[in-house]
Amino acid sequence: MVEHSLRAKEFLKDLKYVNWHNQALWYVRQKRDLAIKSIPEWEELREKAEEIKSHTLEYLGYYLESFEAKAIENGIEVFWAEDAKELQEIVGNILKQEGAKRVVKSKSMLTEECELNPYLESQGIEVTDTDLGERIVQLANDRPSHIVLPAIHIKKEQVSEIFAKNLGTNPNISEPFILTREARKALRENFYKADAAITGVNFALAKEGGFVVCTNEGNADLGTALPNLHIACMGLEKVIPSSQELGIFTRLLARSATGQAITAYTSHFFKPRVGSRLCVVIVDNGRSKRLGKKDEKLLSCIRCGACMNTCPVYRRSGGHSYESVIPGPIGSALSGSLFEYASLPFACTLCSSCDMVCPSKIDLHHQLYLKRYEAIKAPEYKTKRRILKMVALLLNHPRLRRFIMKIFRVFVDLAPRSLIYNRFNIWGEEREIPKVSKRSFYEIYKEIKK
Amino acid sequence: MSKKKIIGLFIPCYIDDFYPNVALSTLEILEAYGFDVDYPLNQRCCGQPFLNNGMKKEGGVFARNFLETFREYDYIVAPAGSCVATVRYRYKGFIEDSELDDFTPKVFELCEFLYDVIGVENLSFKHPFPYRVGLHNSCHSLRELELGSSSEQNIPQFSKIKAILSKVDGIDIVEPSKDECCGFGGTFSIQESAISAKMGRDRIRDHQNQAVDIITGVDRSCLMHMEGLARRDKTSMRFIHIAEILAGRVEGFDG
Repeated sequence: MVEHSLRAKEFLKDLKYVNWHNQALWYVRQKRDLAIKSIPEWEELREKAEEIKSHTLEYLGYYLESFEAKAIENGIEVFWAEDAKELQEIVGNILKQEGAKRVVKSKSMLTEECELNPYLESQGIEVTDTDLGERIVQLANDRPSHIVLPAIHIKKEQVSEIFAKNLGTNPNISEPFILTREARKALRENFYKADAAITGVNFALAKEGGFVVCTNEGNADLGTALPNLHIACMGLEKVIPSSQELGIFTRLLARSATGQAITAYTSHFFKPRVGSRLCVVIVDNGRSKRLGKKDEKLLSCIRCGACMNTCPVYRRSGGHSYESVIPGPIGSALSGSLFEYASLPFACTLCSSCDMVCPSKIDLHHQLYLKRYEAIKAPEYKTKRRILKMVALLLNHPRLRRFIMKIFRVFVDLAPRSLIYNRFNIWGEEREIPKVSKRSFYEIYKEIKK
Repeated sequence: MSKKKIIGLFIPCYIDDFYPNVALSTLEILEAYGFDVDYPLNQRCCGQPFLNNGMKKEGGVFARNFLETFREYDYIVAPAGSCVATVRYRYKGFIEDSELDDFTPKVFELCEFLYDVIGVENLSFKHPFPYRVGLHNSCHSLRELELGSSSEQNIPQFSKIKAILSKVDGIDIVEPSKDECCGFGGTFSIQESAISAKMGRDRIRDHQNQAVDIITGVDRSCLMHMEGLARRDKTSMRFIHIAEILAGRVEGFDG
């Protein structure tokens, strides 16, 4: 089982680094706050987004089918993948048909989830991630730690090292501007040589049969502009009824993600260029199992990452401490019902800040609360369950509780420090135990009401 | 005028055991506004530690017990935001909706009761507290009970707690730069001890940066956690529950 607390403890060892990580993400949260306060109708937009998403999920079959029909009419090839393996094979086959050996890929959490890169590499295909953050992570042989800011855990000095090693740049230069230019220079080569482009999909429009990809670097556009093959991978929850609703989401997405009014590039794809192929793979990979269930709402996520930026736990433990493809509150909610990830729903104080920033108003903290019903059953939590049962027994017998607490009060007053602070007292690892009153309120109340 | 309304006083276990002064202060405040206040001696935990840990069976027993203990009162008041939030939002599914519909609207956190039921305009407190006080907005009171606007929202700013506190003579209320969680989180403080401590220390530092050396709030549990950290770090920060300030029962302060 993934033990979030151990990974978090490890992360917290370097306090200077933690404070930097915390502050970097808080800065994004503050930018978001500023951006949302510039539009008075912000809360209304969130309500609308929630409504539209929940409506679309209710009629998901209808909207997906109309998207498919219209897309085919436009000349787009549509494929359906039930799981990660099918997505890998479909994408692999299309690339094979075209003899594509070099692929440029813009950011797509879905392809991370479905481990598309390792599969394609095993098929002898070279995949270059073209989002700068993802490129850094790819060169470092690392994994994204954030869905919008994949390399947020890597400091610029480390980026300089990674580039020096992989791109032959000057290891003594760590100015972001220069590093970005170096990355740009190197990526140009990949763009020129690419046989195919893979992108994600932010929004698929059912009525028009087209889709929208949002980036800040223009890498999706550049990647798709040259090769004659574009494969877009979309989770089946990405569909919205039509372009009429799109504005609500683009306004919410960029503001929530980075505090921008809109992403630098909001690219609409409606049909293939003459002589080119445009393919869309619609992926389920477990999503449809949530339909009609208590956690259906998790499918409303538009992957803005705002819940990560605001999460006080995420900011201090880093994305890798979750060990799931998607970290932070939404990631814990998505994977939390699996025993392997049972610690994630507990890596949360239920502070609810994530609910408040979520652009589609997902009740994230309540979702995490609900996941705990399942997570607590994990075999690793046997001791925890036992202790909680004992505490429940105690609290259910007030006279027994009062008796024990009376002894506790005397004990705390008289016992030497070593008896109170030892390896059994986890509270005491970092904190003093409360200075307890000599008498309980119960005792005092009985006396005053005599 | 109809007969005196009776309040059932709910005192969370840790307040009963460790912080009786908070409970006494609450009792005094409520009685001062002419209510009959009864403290049912057979009351038990609200069930939060079990519900928040997915222990359905145990949680359900406490939920039922809470309802049975308090259902006959006109109001139920507790000096603890997170216990009240548990009763209000987490009993669903353990108790019939129809029962909850009658019961839940009668349950209040202390400040919520003062502001909404007694009415902020009717409040006055005898004891001055001429000190600079940092207000810790605990998450459940802020984001679940909505006793104030939180920094994530784009809604008009308000704070019921601040409005109440500012009725105390001489008080200087200071809010920290972030309305972030202190990291207590019940069993989170044990299971995720390292993160919990870091979060708490960051909150304390934020208050220190505002030149505050007294922190108050509506949840003694958050304060207990931060107090434990502050004492371990040998800082001079003091932690006082809001009821103690309102009742003028702050130990070591003249009021």
